[in-house]
Amino acid sequence: MIEIDTSLIQNMAESGKRIDSRQFSQYRNITIETNAVTSAEGSSRVRIGNTEVLAGIKMEPGTPFSDTPDAGVLMVGAELVPLASPEFEPGPPGEEAVEISRVVDRAIRESKCVDFKKLCIKEGEKVWMVFVDIDVLNDDGNLFDACGIAAISALLSSTIPELDSGGKIISGKKGSEKIPIKGIPLSTTIVKINGKLMVDPNSAETRAMDARLTVGTADKDGKTVLCSMQKGGESGITEEDVDAALELAIEKSNEVRELIKENV
Amino acid sequence: MDEKIIKNGIRYDGRRFDQLRPIEAKVGVLKNANGSAFFRLGNTFVIAGVYGPKKVHPKHDEQAEKAILRTYYKMAPFSTSERSRPGTNRRSTEISKVTREAILPVIDVEEFPKTAIDVYIEVLQADASTRVAGINAASLALADAGVPMMDLIASCSAGKVEDTVVLDVAGKEDTEGELDLPVAYCHRTKQITLLQMDGITNSKEMKEIIKLAIKGCGVVYEEQKKALRKKYQHEEPQGEESQGEVDMND
Repeated sequence: MIEIDTSLIQNMAESGKRIDSRQFSQYRNITIETNAVTSAEGSSRVRIGNTEVLAGIKMEPGTPFSDTPDAGVLMVGAELVPLASPEFEPGPPGEEAVEISRVVDRAIRESKCVDFKKLCIKEGEKVWMVFVDIDVLNDDGNLFDACGIAAISALLSSTIPELDSGGKIISGKKGSEKIPIKGIPLSTTIVKINGKLMVDPNSAETRAMDARLTVGTADKDGKTVLCSMQKGGESGITEEDVDAALELAIEKSNEVRELIKENV
Repeated sequence: MDEKIIKNGIRYDGRRFDQLRPIEAKVGVLKNANGSAFFRLGNTFVIAGVYGPKKVHPKHDEQAEKAILRTYYKMAPFSTSERSRPGTNRRSTEISKVTREAILPVIDVEEFPKTAIDVYIEVLQADASTRVAGINAASLALADAGVPMMDLIASCSAGKVEDTVVLDVAGKEDTEGELDLPVAYCHRTKQITLLQMDGITNSKEMKEIIKLAIKGCGVVYEEQKKALRKKYQHEEPQGEESQGEVDMND
């Protein structure tokens, strides 16, 4: 891996250029492949340029939370597997992995696209626990977006397992019912480098960034709504930056949404 | 549905839509810490303590050209209605990270290379908006510790409850409201250093909510400055004011 000097990227940004000759509003090539792992209820392998992640869904009956006795449970976990980058280390998830998990989770949850009430098996006793686990296999930046695309693609391609009369999952049998999801929630990340806003940062750009804004969006009744937001990075952003980033995120999320519709 | 949270434009705790809960800010509240602060926002009580700049452990985290800032947010087990498990969890890990990123832009880390500045934030009583109260306390504690800062970071949340945009989301409004948006703001540079949101909205409404949260940060900022001044007024030796002036003219 070649380390690219951050000052080079900052200087290029000033003259409107990026290290891989993309436009500021241009994603790298995105590929989405579903059912990459048959042991899961559904799965999706997503590549954005050289970034590669694999999301798998596992479901099992479990006890609902006391404040939502009639709703299924969603849990998102991203793992930065050490084989994905010289910077990742073995061990429990660090703050970067935790932030990715929670930001991806929030976009899906807050969009209200998943009908959790329909994931109730018996009120107050048994509901479906939906585990979205994402393995980052190769990190070349923009893990928020890659994990977000993989998570929703895997959820959309999943089938709910079938239960026997004792309430146990019938193993080896693929269910026929899909997880009830209306709309496609997504996370779209905009970074600020030397005063310029751009989408889909690669690793070198991530190291060079001043600040980041990840915007959660979803399509509702033909409109794009905002459903979550998370600022990151060690510098601040202005209100004007936020406004511009929101518009860019809405536009780009709709392009990615079309891509998911074509591939899942 | 239960009773409404907002009736005739007045919120369940008697506030108008653009009103913060009562604020109490005090610095130097702990003896051992190099700097400390207590920050109260209604029924949310937070205390913060700063240790450092000090030697870095583990040593490999040390940075040759600057200090590292480490922030630890946690909730006391008795701070919530249902006991919260002691120690860290995914939520506290995330809040610790965004808190660090909210404060870092104003800290002159280059002043103390090869050191660590540790900020511990303890939520003693939680009634929503604990992360913003934590940032306010942390910012004051850092100033109290004498860490060189470009400005104080002031933080406040805004949100949406029963389709009404409100400032400083409290208790019931957090659990039953539609949207929550915490902001941290640096007044000197007019930069937003923390921005999170959950809940459904559109760009126009979001801008309105951000503006309201920044307005709330302004109120917090004044209270923070008052708290700092109060400590130093107190410490000033009495009856030597005129002498001080002479010194300054030299």
